Amino acid sequence: MKYAGLLVMPAGFFLTLAALVLFPGAVPRAAFVVCGVAVEALGLGVAIRGHMMRRGEARP
Amino acid sequence: MNTAGSAETVFALAFVLLLVAPLAIAGVALINAGLGRSRSAAQALLGNLAVSAVAWIAFAAVGASLAGVLGGSGAAVHAGGKAWHWLGFGTWPLSGFAAAPAAMQLALLFQFLSVAFAAILPWGSGADRLRLRGGCAVAAVMAALVFPLFAHWIWNGGWLSQLGVNFGLGAGFLDPGGAATIHVLGGLSALAVVWIAGPRRGKFPKEGLSTAMPGHNASYVLFGCFVALVGWLAWNAAGALLWLHLPLTALPTAAIGTLLAATGALAATFTVTRIRFGKPDASLCANGWLAGLVASSACAAVVAPGASLFIGIVAGILTPLLVEVLELALSIDDPTGAITVHGVSGLWGLLAAGLFASQAGQLIAQLVGIAALLGIALPLAYLLFALLNRIAPLRVDPDGERIGMDLHELGGGAYPEFVIHRDESYR
Repeated sequence: MKYAGLLVMPAGFFLTLAALVLFPGAVPRAAFVVCGVAVEALGLGVAIRGHMMRRGEARP
Repeated sequence: MNTAGSAETVFALAFVLLLVAPLAIAGVALINAGLGRSRSAAQALLGNLAVSAVAWIAFAAVGASLAGVLGGSGAAVHAGGKAWHWLGFGTWPLSGFAAAPAAMQLALLFQFLSVAFAAILPWGSGADRLRLRGGCAVAAVMAALVFPLFAHWIWNGGWLSQLGVNFGLGAGFLDPGGAATIHVLGGLSALAVVWIAGPRRGKFPKEGLSTAMPGHNASYVLFGCFVALVGWLAWNAAGALLWLHLPLTALPTAAIGTLLAATGALAATFTVTRIRFGKPDASLCANGWLAGLVASSACAAVVAPGASLFIGIVAGILTPLLVEVLELALSIDDPTGAITVHGVSGLWGLLAAGLFASQAGQLIAQLVGIAALLGIALPLAYLLFALLNRIAPLRVDPDGERIGMDLHELGGGAYPEFVIHRDESYR
């Protein structure tokens, strides 16, 4: 689960890059950049959740 | 280089500022040592020296060339009708340094200092369980591969610095004091290291709350704050000269912004901890002070002093709350708070630089830079450090952790006349 989250994070980054290239208008570009950051935040959340689950199993 | 002062004056001033700037590293090293345990204090401070040394060697050998500090061909991808400069492939600094222009020599010195600063942050987070050789290996990987990528993108003509020219987004991604390349990169690397190395033994028992493991020397921690302030003032001023090409008359504003961000953050953390715990917490207040300084790295030179004060206050409110969330809710054992103090506050400072900037599109430029940091730095650092951990484990064996890093790794303690407490003493 942690690895899945870490893989989602670059996907969000590529979304922000795509926004720069595909949308010359300020509003759609800004919206897609924010969406890219949101996807990264989601990936980080999944990675943290995965870390917590593994820690819960590994506690002494 | 600068229109207001002569080039020689600016060079001399920037050089002197860069000679003072390492005090920021010394201050953070002192804070990290104080926040660790007494039985690991000597290893922690020696580690800061060793990690810095390894980072400088790796950066000189590989990193500076990849960062493209001294110019060179570089690697660019053409997309959307624009050139995207991804990597430096520049002149090898050990051979081309003396012949480089003065501005490039200063830029190289700034980045040498920055790479060491970034490298000591994961070392601090891995305190009390990271092997010396493990910390050095992490520093080598950071200095040779991770840091140069972002240094090129942000400082050395890479695609993030060109966002203004290529896409009309303000002045491009702004990071004059290294909030991104030093602090966010160091904070995210610290998260990767903490995830891989795991928590200190006994930190998170099977039942009940996490075990409190307070720092062993509040005096080190608080004195480190003063030392760091001196270095930070110089660091932000040098960054404003080198990367923003501000006139000399703008430097006092940057310095006042740095001071106000730190003091605002301290006041906010002092208040929050007083409300939360009934009395202000010294170590969290020190972390708040640092968080304000980190946030100022992004914005002190580009926003008004009043805005710097506000940015510091927000950083100071976030810091104690997030330190608690990371430990209690997310089971992340970060003894020095680097993930919050450097990672989160750095991100906040970068965002705030966009929020308070006067140029159109600056906020989007800052968001794209933040996306690049989150989307590439953390996964890349985690992947590289995890591979490193397979080759040479980062963490000491349980017996070493039990007797303390000083005895285990150095054969002697920092305080030989002190009685060493057992883990159970903290419960």
